[in-house]
Amino acid sequence: MISIKQKTYPFLAAAVFLAGLLCLPAGIRSQELLSDVRIWGNFELEARYYFQDSLIGAPEVPEKILMNGFANVNISYSGFTVGFRYESYQNALLGYDPRYRGNGIPYRFASYTQDNLEITLGNFYEQFGSGLVFRSYEERALGVDNAMDGLRLVYRPMDGVTLRGVIGQQRLFFDTGPGIVRGLDARVGLHSVFPSLANQTGRLTIGGSVVSKFQRDMNPLFNLPENVAAFAGRLNYTRGALNLSAEYAHKINDPSAENNFIYKDGHALHIVTSYAVRGFGMLLSAKRIDNMGFRSDRNATGNDLNINFLPPTTRQHAYSLSSMYPYATQPNGELGFMAELTFSIPRETILGGSYGTTVTMNYSLANSIHRDRIHDTIPIGQRGTEGYRSRFFRMGDEKYFEDFNVEISRRISRGLRGLFSYAYIAYNQNVIEGYVDKEMIFAHILIADMTWRLPERRSLRWELQHLSTRQDKQNWAMAMIEYSIAPNWFFSISDQYNYGNNDPDLRNHYYTLGAAYARAGNRFALSYGRQRQGVICVGGVCRQVPASNGFTLHVTSSF
Amino acid sequence: MKQTITQLIPVFGLLVTLFAGPAFSQEGRGLPELTISGLDGKEVNTSTIDNQGKPFVISFWATWCRPCIQELNAIDEIYDQWQEHGFKLIAISTDDARTRHNVLPMVKGRGWEYAFYLDENGDFRRAMGVHLIPHTFILNGSGEVVYQHTAFSEGMEWVMFDFLMELLE
Repeated sequence: MISIKQKTYPFLAAAVFLAGLLCLPAGIRSQELLSDVRIWGNFELEARYYFQDSLIGAPEVPEKILMNGFANVNISYSGFTVGFRYESYQNALLGYDPRYRGNGIPYRFASYTQDNLEITLGNFYEQFGSGLVFRSYEERALGVDNAMDGLRLVYRPMDGVTLRGVIGQQRLFFDTGPGIVRGLDARVGLHSVFPSLANQTGRLTIGGSVVSKFQRDMNPLFNLPENVAAFAGRLNYTRGALNLSAEYAHKINDPSAENNFIYKDGHALHIVTSYAVRGFGMLLSAKRIDNMGFRSDRNATGNDLNINFLPPTTRQHAYSLSSMYPYATQPNGELGFMAELTFSIPRETILGGSYGTTVTMNYSLANSIHRDRIHDTIPIGQRGTEGYRSRFFRMGDEKYFEDFNVEISRRISRGLRGLFSYAYIAYNQNVIEGYVDKEMIFAHILIADMTWRLPERRSLRWELQHLSTRQDKQNWAMAMIEYSIAPNWFFSISDQYNYGNNDPDLRNHYYTLGAAYARAGNRFALSYGRQRQGVICVGGVCRQVPASNGFTLHVTSSF
Repeated sequence: MKQTITQLIPVFGLLVTLFAGPAFSQEGRGLPELTISGLDGKEVNTSTIDNQGKPFVISFWATWCRPCIQELNAIDEIYDQWQEHGFKLIAISTDDARTRHNVLPMVKGRGWEYAFYLDENGDFRRAMGVHLIPHTFILNGSGEVVYQHTAFSEGMEWVMFDFLMELLE
């Protein structure tokens, strides 16, 4: 078990003591000063009691009960803020990395803001541009947290100009990674800086970043670069309803476990354009990624120690069956496109109905990039070489993911609202989940989600979903009923049924019963049921979830 | 002994902090000073968000969050009544680099008329103690948080409306 680390404790002691002293004169002399002291934070506990369930492949859990919990506590006074997060894993819930183990304070910081200068010591999250060269963030649902531990400066010397500087190491569970990450970023809103542009209808913002990492080379086979830099330039142009964003990133060669130790530079290009007026919105995006994995430990894999973030250009589905096959960005190479159209059909028209209708259509495709041998005798991706050559605009032969979906949402009557959705998804298991001999999955998903408003602020919502595919586990059906009493109570019952499984013994029901109570900033939820094996993704980052069966208690609180 | 004293320092600090009497939680507090951006890319200081002396609502949401969209849809249907009384909804998108570009086409396409901002790095979300979304705060005319709620179900838009009316009185 891990206790509060020696290096954390003095920092925490100083921070809390300082916060206390800040309040002392206030407490003794002046109630007015007290009003400037602010304490806030949040808390979460998720505990699950596990039953072995051989029918769905849920393993026996020796501890019976597993729990993840954390609390953030922050104190601020007159531009000065200190805070920490206490985390507890007793032991980590199934599906979370078991290296989350025990208790500790892996996140603590002190920051000060004065005259447009913000200084942070300790842990912080930051992002440059869209994150192609730098993004430190947390996604608790996935157990991803690559918070920096070091120093951050943010300075806004004039309106429209932001300069950022970061240096530190990244969080790796209850420790930090071996590499040091340094970065600078500048963002300039030309519209604000140059008065002559103030009257122009277009607004142009430009930005540039440089990030480098240092890690000692201990490799006996290769001469590896100890310092690896990545550069990015970006622009955003807005004129009326039109918006254009583009970012290009280049990374110096960075042999790593992720790219099989090839000495090839990395590139990433992400372009998004949108046109939006009231009642109509359209978005087109294109992305090309080539060898852009960038971590502060060249031997890291999985979700560990990522310095950058490569956003997938696919839709993030919100329903259980449509999100059964989620896409994750392929940092070693990917060409992707997405188009999305959202429009409203006005009320009191034939198609719009009495209350109006909203339609969303989305198409996305992710494909391999073109790759050629660098020499006739060297296989593509050969360790210790430049790996391959790639033509920038040429698409590769392998499809990774394709998704076409339509969603229609309308109020059918005063008390009834409906959402209907269809999705076609093609999913390359071998690439996305790392298998070698699995077939491509082609799935069709239909969803109906109806909400019936009842008197006294009660409502009944039910979902019907169906997924049909000849691959993987074949067909699924899902039904859910949720009864809620606003603003406090929720009750739900649901079942996912793998009725089409080719193996009759695996035609399992995944039923769940749940109740939740939400009041002010607190929420308590208790549920019992089966969790199917699968992949959970947020923001294109995923984790595998094993099958399980049991009771779950989930408590969240903000204060 | 020295170690014991060192360990007691933060406990003492915390006790002093508690007994000095700063108000806990978001309730009764104004908004923190942080930078977020508008949908046009212009940076905005969160402490300047107000509603000219009238109560208002801040809702944290995301384009991929189904209950958040239900909430914004439900309020949209009665937003005329909100506006008649001078109430306003400020929607803070927590979308990250993957989905933040979808925010503008989605809100325009759906015809929502709220004030929208992007909190891509999550600074505002963390400073408000938001973990799950939708997470909604109601602020009085002085810009102080007086109520907060996590989750949405049909009818919550009227609960909020009633609360705003009480504040008006």
